[in-house]
Amino acid sequence: MNERIAQAFGLLPNYLAQHVLLSAAALALGVALSLPLAVLASRYARIRWPILAAASLVQTIPGLALLALFYPLLLGLSTLTKALVGVGVPALGFLPSVSALTLYSMLPILRNGVAGLTGLPPAILEAADGVGMTPRQRLFRVEAPLAAPMVMAGVRTAAVWTIGAATLSTAVGQTSLGNFIFSGLQTENWIFVLFGCAAAAALALAADQLLGLVEAGAARRDLRRFGSGIAGLALGTAAALLPLFAGAAKTYAIGAKNFSEQFILSELISERLEREGVSVRHTDGLGSAVAFRALASGDIDCYVDYSGTLWTNVLERRDSPSREAMLAELTRELKERYGVTLLGALGFENAYALAMRADRAAALKARTIADLAREAPQLKLGSDLEFLSRPEWAALRVAYGLRFRVERSFNPTFMYRALEDGEVDVISAFSSDGRIAAQKLVVLADPKHAIPAYDAVILLAPQRANDAVLKRTLQPLIGAIPVERMREANLMVDRDTDKASPKDAARFLANTLHLPGS
Amino acid sequence: MSGALIEIETLSKSFDGGKSFAVRDASVTVRLGVFVALVGGSGSGKTTLLKSINRLIEPDSGEVRIEGESVDRAEAPALRRRIGYVFQDIGLFPHMSVAENIGITPQLLGWPQQEIAARTAELLDLVGLPQGYGPRFPAALSGGERQRVGVARAIAARPKIVLMDEPFGALDPITRDALGSAYRALHEKLGLTTIMVTHDVQEAVLLADEIVVMKSGRVLAQDIPRALLSEEAHPDVRALMAMPKRQADRIRAVIGEGEP
Repeated sequence: MNERIAQAFGLLPNYLAQHVLLSAAALALGVALSLPLAVLASRYARIRWPILAAASLVQTIPGLALLALFYPLLLGLSTLTKALVGVGVPALGFLPSVSALTLYSMLPILRNGVAGLTGLPPAILEAADGVGMTPRQRLFRVEAPLAAPMVMAGVRTAAVWTIGAATLSTAVGQTSLGNFIFSGLQTENWIFVLFGCAAAAALALAADQLLGLVEAGAARRDLRRFGSGIAGLALGTAAALLPLFAGAAKTYAIGAKNFSEQFILSELISERLEREGVSVRHTDGLGSAVAFRALASGDIDCYVDYSGTLWTNVLERRDSPSREAMLAELTRELKERYGVTLLGALGFENAYALAMRADRAAALKARTIADLAREAPQLKLGSDLEFLSRPEWAALRVAYGLRFRVERSFNPTFMYRALEDGEVDVISAFSSDGRIAAQKLVVLADPKHAIPAYDAVILLAPQRANDAVLKRTLQPLIGAIPVERMREANLMVDRDTDKASPKDAARFLANTLHLPGS
Repeated sequence: MSGALIEIETLSKSFDGGKSFAVRDASVTVRLGVFVALVGGSGSGKTTLLKSINRLIEPDSGEVRIEGESVDRAEAPALRRRIGYVFQDIGLFPHMSVAENIGITPQLLGWPQQEIAARTAELLDLVGLPQGYGPRFPAALSGGERQRVGVARAIAARPKIVLMDEPFGALDPITRDALGSAYRALHEKLGLTTIMVTHDVQEAVLLADEIVVMKSGRVLAQDIPRALLSEEAHPDVRALMAMPKRQADRIRAVIGEGEP
């Protein structure tokens, strides 16, 4: 318990710095875009409604979806700029996050700005004209200062929203305080979840109070308040950003999808790299399709994927060749098409498999998926968030004529709970999952080989194809991890009591495997 | 008093595209150093006429000339900096101190800071406000004090012409009377040419050298007060102008003073 809090505090400086950088940049951009728009909207009633409606519309898009939408958008833009000027734009991390958050921050500033500017007494405005001000002088000397308190109130609201929504940017590969929350949710590390929430809330409160000081200073023309608010904001931002400048050494970005095994392997890789004296950045919680594209476009340097996933999703193949043939062809094709290096297989498989509770399987006399297919119309299937939209599921349905009474999607952790509680009868499990042994589940055989092989493989980004440090460090992992060890490590993180952190599980793996160089 | 300073010639303005006219074919001439009052009922067009002089309102047709030159030839802000304007709602800038309010036009004209400070101090004396009022904000002042600041602001850049739109309308009668007399004294002392809009005929008679009577957008007459009361005057003008005398007679009857 205490160890986890200590671990959280250890991660805090970097997460906080990234979070502050992201929120401050988004807010500054939001202010810079909103103020001129607010002036235009207050001048011309005809464009006022469209501008405010567009800003409100953005607000109705859930934050996570808005962030996710920027990924394909920037990917398309990147293809375009690559074709035009030969340089792409990063589609993951800072750019999509700051773009989405900027849009998100605009509504309160716009709305308050327009209300502040259109609500000024006409007598004051006529006086400004009457004493001989040009329209520009009137704006900067009279309208802006009088509307300032209202605008500042909008900026405060925007700041709180932006800092809160910035936690979601973890999902598109931008480190933030959300890393605590996302990784904590995956590994049921509630200390991390709470820590992340508390840190984001504290940051939002601090920013709100300081902006409040600036607002009061502006409203009462109190230079001391105004100045101390600005100084507090500047100092706080600078202090929070300090860790970013401290370690400017060569940094490797290690990616991970959103489940425990990925976190453990990413920690295992990081630890070995850090021992080589290079610094490592984690890009956790990536979606399955996002991860490969992030690697191919160079946003991350390395991550672990699974041969079957790459085979169906990236190469878009529907056949199921032998394990060796698949690996050989993947190695060749990924290099050729994307410049991605498949360094090798780790030695275990994490295949999709259909699993049931032993008692249920016995009662239904189900040993294979073919047996299951007979009873399926009366049964409920629980799947992870991806499975039902994956080609493997389509292949299973075609091969066995599978059709369930109900099909429900869960976060993987809750999916196992639902099976245990009898809420569902069958789940889409992973063969390396420690919970299969722990919950005494039966994995149904796949006699028709509808599901391809799922060997865990290390992939390197195009720009790291000849990176000596990376290759030297990761080569010893090839073929070194048997499925039993991986299940044990996964169970350490996923079990209900006495949970270990992914870092601890990675250390356990490194110690039990007796890897060279450990 | 000498030649024409301001000439308004057949000026018309409609706010509804020509269905009705706020001002119609109005012509008025104001000579240098004269205090002119524009009187008339609500909607008679007096404020519209006043605002076309410094182009707060642009007329549909007709012309305003100052010293023989059309006001359209200058940029509106530059024109307005040469003409003082006292607003009906006073219109002090609430986020600026009294001194900043007074010094705004000189500042827009790019006067040196020292000169603005000296002028502000001089103006506080001139409108009868203590020097200590300079750093205060308008919200801390009474209505009468605020309009004194409004007058000081209007004359800060030493304009020849001052336009006033119901300047004392919102004040209590005693303050109003004091402020009116104080302004008339300033008008003399500084050699100003003043055009004041008022619906109060008594105020017009007491302060102005000449009175322009307006009704339904048209100028009915322009003359010295005595002439407007004579037999030759337009009946509407006579009726309007006779009002202060009738009121004075009634007051005399009530208090019983000055009876022969």
